[in-house]
Amino acid sequence: MRYESPDTIEAAAKLLASESGDARVLAGGTDLLVQIRAEVLDPVLVVDIKRITETRTVQEENGGFRIGAAVSGAELKEHPSLKKIWPGVLEAANLIGSTQVQGRATLGGNLCNGSPAADSVPAMIAAGAVASIVGPNGRRELPVEDIMLAPRKLALQKGEIIASFKLPKKSRASDAYLRFIPRTEMDIAVVGCGVNLTLDDSGTCTAARVGLGAVAARPLLVEDAGKALVGTKVDDAALDKMVAAVRAACKPIDDKRGTVEFRIDVAGVLAKRTALIALDRARKV
Amino acid sequence: MKHHVTTTVNGDEVEFLCETDQTVLDCLRNELELTGTKEGCGSGDCGACSILLDGRLVCSCLVLGVEASGKTIETIEGMAKGDTLHPLQRKFLEHAALQCGICTPGVLVAAKSLLERNPDPTETEVRYWLAGNLCRCTGYDKIIRAVMDAAAEMRGA
Repeated sequence: MRYESPDTIEAAAKLLASESGDARVLAGGTDLLVQIRAEVLDPVLVVDIKRITETRTVQEENGGFRIGAAVSGAELKEHPSLKKIWPGVLEAANLIGSTQVQGRATLGGNLCNGSPAADSVPAMIAAGAVASIVGPNGRRELPVEDIMLAPRKLALQKGEIIASFKLPKKSRASDAYLRFIPRTEMDIAVVGCGVNLTLDDSGTCTAARVGLGAVAARPLLVEDAGKALVGTKVDDAALDKMVAAVRAACKPIDDKRGTVEFRIDVAGVLAKRTALIALDRARKV
Repeated sequence: MKHHVTTTVNGDEVEFLCETDQTVLDCLRNELELTGTKEGCGSGDCGACSILLDGRLVCSCLVLGVEASGKTIETIEGMAKGDTLHPLQRKFLEHAALQCGICTPGVLVAAKSLLERNPDPTETEVRYWLAGNLCRCTGYDKIIRAVMDAAAEMRGA
């Protein structure tokens, strides 16, 4: 196994693209190193992207923020303004693993590991996050909901790396993320739900995005759930419509962590609770 | 191909050679003979291999040795100053906050990192911060009591 740590994203993409064997991006390593040790993966090349400025910085951009794909959860938590604007994204990112894992785990890694249960992904989808992807043929953008296609399968071409995520700023908006796990800490989501709401001055919802995790082969943007809230005061009738849309979108599996029926039911319950937290926060913005 | 890594461990500049697939945990124990850091699960679940990397609490089993190049590492070996134990170490002895001791170096390193950031944590904050440090002798209550007691003493000192 070769190790490279280039200091530009273009050089990293070139290294990955020109390797004929299995080549992997190393960000926090909290999934990659475990998979190498378990012999699930046996790469001939790992490209460490943490010496690249763009992947490691958080900066304001056109009123929104650009978050480097290799910024750790602990660093996100300590950022002075992210938590005020996207408390839901932060609570989702900070649910990944222990304090030790938070010291290394990244948003880019959580997405590119390709698990449908990744905690930060539904919250990033709800936030309208767009990934900036660099490959051997240049840079392109893709919304977070379009990146994961199926377990371990991404819409990235050979040599492409997510360099950063753009989170667009909205006025009078806020978000929340909740997950259901059978324990209180350190577990994999049975269902995860992120909601981002925008209100106008009268308190009417003008935009809503609902992201769901662990209830399908990929994290979902449930457009009908968002539409059910737009134009309403997020009252009980609107929430009921949203819950129905969320449950209709679920296509979960039965496994040791939850049955199909349980996951569909819990998805609706969580979506309602998450929306109410996001609503309360948006009213206080 | 072996990598030549220069890093700072507990204040001393050290050099070692490692293969790409060796973790920082491997390098500490087998190249630098610093065996205070323990290997539990090897997959980031148990926290026995906790160290500080550039001041950040991490599992050393989830960091490649080559990644440590130019960085600062703190391990359990740097906690006592000569013969003087750190207050956390002393309180762990007073409260008998260990049984077999395998988890202890990781718990101490993690607890020290917490108290440096938050000198006055609530019991809940201590429990959440240490949720990634597993103790299979189930001595958690004594561990929590020892950390709370050490925090109180350090605030008074």
